[in-house]
Amino acid sequence: MLQDILVTGLVNGGVYALLAIGFSLVFGVARIVNIAHTAFYMLAAYCFYTLLTRTGLGVAASGAIAVAAVTLLSVVCYRLVIEPVREHEAAVLIATIALGLIFQELMLVAYGGSFLGIPSAVEGVVSVAGVSVPYQRLLILVVAAAVLVATWLVLYRTRLGLAIRATANDLEVANLMGMNVHRVAMATVAISVALAAIAGVAVAPVFVVDPFMWLAPLVTVLAIVVLGGLGSLKGSLIGALVIGYVEAITVFALPKGAFLKGAVALSIMVVVLLVRPEGLFGVAFEEER
Amino acid sequence: MRNPAGYLARRAWTNLRNEVLVLPSRTLALVWVLAGLLLPVVHPDPYLLRIAAMTCIFATLAASWDLLAGYAGQINFGHALFFGAGAYTSGLASLRLGLAPWLGVGMAALVATAVGLAVGTLCLRLRGSYLSLATLAFPLIFTGLLFAFPDFSGGELGISGLRSLARTRTGNYYVAAVGMLVLVFGLWAIADSKFGLVLHAIRDDEVAARASGINTTRYKLAAFAISACAAGISGALYAHFMRGAGPSTLEVALSFQVVIWGIFGGVATIYGPVTAVFVLYPLTEWLGSFKGLGELRLLIFAVIVLVVLLFMPRGLTPWVRDKIETECPRCKHRNAVWRMGCRLCGAPLRVLAARVGQRPR
Repeated sequence: MLQDILVTGLVNGGVYALLAIGFSLVFGVARIVNIAHTAFYMLAAYCFYTLLTRTGLGVAASGAIAVAAVTLLSVVCYRLVIEPVREHEAAVLIATIALGLIFQELMLVAYGGSFLGIPSAVEGVVSVAGVSVPYQRLLILVVAAAVLVATWLVLYRTRLGLAIRATANDLEVANLMGMNVHRVAMATVAISVALAAIAGVAVAPVFVVDPFMWLAPLVTVLAIVVLGGLGSLKGSLIGALVIGYVEAITVFALPKGAFLKGAVALSIMVVVLLVRPEGLFGVAFEEER
Repeated sequence: MRNPAGYLARRAWTNLRNEVLVLPSRTLALVWVLAGLLLPVVHPDPYLLRIAAMTCIFATLAASWDLLAGYAGQINFGHALFFGAGAYTSGLASLRLGLAPWLGVGMAALVATAVGLAVGTLCLRLRGSYLSLATLAFPLIFTGLLFAFPDFSGGELGISGLRSLARTRTGNYYVAAVGMLVLVFGLWAIADSKFGLVLHAIRDDEVAARASGINTTRYKLAAFAISACAAGISGALYAHFMRGAGPSTLEVALSFQVVIWGIFGGVATIYGPVTAVFVLYPLTEWLGSFKGLGELRLLIFAVIVLVVLLFMPRGLTPWVRDKIETECPRCKHRNAVWRMGCRLCGAPLRVLAARVGQRPR
């Protein structure tokens, strides 16, 4: 059981990290609480499913096209829906909620509410420390690790990454220093949704694909980013691993754990918030006046 | 004073004419109240009454959210918690304790207030987005607990077999409608009082409010308690109207729905969210009644919300209100848009506006 917990927690934590870091990035740079974030993850899974089963494309090509298409869609949505109401925080909030609902309903109309299964990209299992781990889960872990490293490289080794971090730090000063903050915000949205889309493509063969698959991870991701501190990437990563392991422990070690999985994870978030209201690694924002 | 009845009638008419009918928004509110009360008399269609009653229940919920989120600025993403707590308390009280339905509603109000105080206490140190996202968690924790003890709570199926509050269909509608009118006007009165003014101050600048000698902790907790109490009563009414309560009363979707209603109607107005429910809920039900459109109902709902927001980012009612009323530049009282001079201080409304360039001809 211990090994089960270790492996499941790590795999889930990796997926959550992909989602949470993207969410955190957008919040940090554009101050958008993007409720539709995991809806893009759901869209990517559907896109991947369609390409894989309806066309003769291979796994890698389908995945790449799905990620690219969803990323493009997110930029279009940002330009058409979010940017016109950027000054009104409340309007942005429900615009993202409405976007999520629209995507959910579109998929419901197009594919129906039934669960769709995707064949694994790679078959077979490997034995790690006495637990048999399917290759697909191992693949998720590898993809998550590789993408996280790539994101880190983009953020800390490129000029775009510098601009993103600067904008997140102080939007007005970044603007005064000659950075095009609108374009930076758009790039951030694209990066963040690409991360979500990669997560969606990676987990689609393991989880079932249905139009409501975005709600459960949405709540988990919100818990993670609040736990780790809004806008903090390190916090999101560690928060994702914490929540991933807590869920795994609850499911494997408690009776009726599957029902309590969300409740326990969220309770931990609440406890952390009570002790440290700005999250584990959040900066206590100065009172904005 | 020879004819007191005539005097009172004349005085009532004068009040009505000078206080209500002079402003289009107040006239609309009066028409809305009368329409709500007369609906079963004019058109006692069971389907329509059912939709109207549900609209009234959800309008109460949306108004209670507005007091907490719009006025106090505590943008609550888990308002379904109070609704669900009310629904489950009232349902379990009648089923497991055998209490009369009305007592169950009272108990639901008490329990919801307690839940509101508890959540408020937990959230005291949080602000802004942290608060929103943390409050999203509470209904889900509650749902997890309900699922973990299915013998007591009914698990995923919820509880059913409740008695409704009135015997007839019309009676049930009036329970919902009168309950809504009392609660909504009560919330409006609270929000319009000094208490509401303090909440405005807390939302705009909490530090300044504290520096002015306001005990912000106490006011925030009071806002949580009042809002939760109203939401809990609406949940109890819902449970008795539907004759059951299920986990759907605690769903994330319901919490989001409340946020959408609130912001779509215009926050910090009380009447805004109520208007939004009265526009959106019957609209979605009406769209759902078409064959073929039923599946697209939520999609159309979301698209309407999105499109309306692009044109009216502050919400529906502030936009409409600005179209039908203007503010007097001198005394800041509101006037119907077609008036030439202010109804209270006589200051010219149009000429002045033209001179400062607000309304170029």
